[in-house]
Amino acid sequence: MKNIIQNINKAFDHRIRLGIMSVLMVNESVDFNTMKEFLGATDGNLASHIKALEADAFISVEKQFIGKKPNTKYSITPIGKKAFQDHINALEKLLSQK
Amino acid sequence: MEDKNYLNDLKEIKEMMSKSSQFISLSGLSGVLAGIYALVGAYFAYKTIYFDTSTSGNYSYLIISENAVIKLFAIASIVLVLSIATGILLSIKKAKESNDKIWNATSKRLVINFMIPLAVGGYMGLYLIEKENFALLTPLTLIFYGLACVNASKYTLGDVRYLGLSMISLGIINTFFVGYGLLFAALGFGVCHIFYGGMMWFKYERIK
Repeated sequence: MKNIIQNINKAFDHRIRLGIMSVLMVNESVDFNTMKEFLGATDGNLASHIKALEADAFISVEKQFIGKKPNTKYSITPIGKKAFQDHINALEKLLSQK
Repeated sequence: MEDKNYLNDLKEIKEMMSKSSQFISLSGLSGVLAGIYALVGAYFAYKTIYFDTSTSGNYSYLIISENAVIKLFAIASIVLVLSIATGILLSIKKAKESNDKIWNATSKRLVINFMIPLAVGGYMGLYLIEKENFALLTPLTLIFYGLACVNASKYTLGDVRYLGLSMISLGIINTFFVGYGLLFAALGFGVCHIFYGGMMWFKYERIK
């Protein structure tokens, strides 16, 4: 039981962060505006959660310009993928124990 | 209390994964309508080919006049334009009902992946028409349309994959019966569309 709880990752303990990780699990890379549309979040809110996940090295950021517009793309790192998969497995195990 | 949150989390993860990778507002009803247009088109094509006085030969082997070819091309174009318009309009309606945008990352990806095999098939079709080799036109159209559906199915409702596989099978069988193109086109674009469109409508739209 204690083991499972350890795998529940506090970093994913928020709707927006959970959403970001879910989107990046199934998409190679996603830009800021598309992410915003999927999650229905505000600019500032999304940016702060992205920063937190980036600090944990769960997602990577690639900045580029399309014409004159800045375009930032996000993708999941191998560490992030593993952490999120562990998190999902832990959630499933916790629920199946009941 | 905690448990409920975990269950919610899992639900949200699953929802977000499918929402961000698949375009789910594709309308099944538009498939049914496209099938009906195709059958009506096939009826007019049948009349054009087999009751046109300038046509000679029997059912599976015949010579078609240039006038009839132009007429068939017009029928096919009308069916195509009507089907695409219906598909777009009904999908916009469905997207609005579920508060989704019609032109977003997932629908873009769907259209691009659908168009790649279809454009190649379209080119090959025009090539065959130009070379006046009509026998393989229907099998080729069915096969490439089927491939387009299979390719696009990864980005939308899974039923599209089975529609595509059915089309490919019909196209391959058609190569053994090359004179019966119209019959196979009616089966594929008409009956298959109605069947799978109806199934999708039944599964995803009817309940609301």
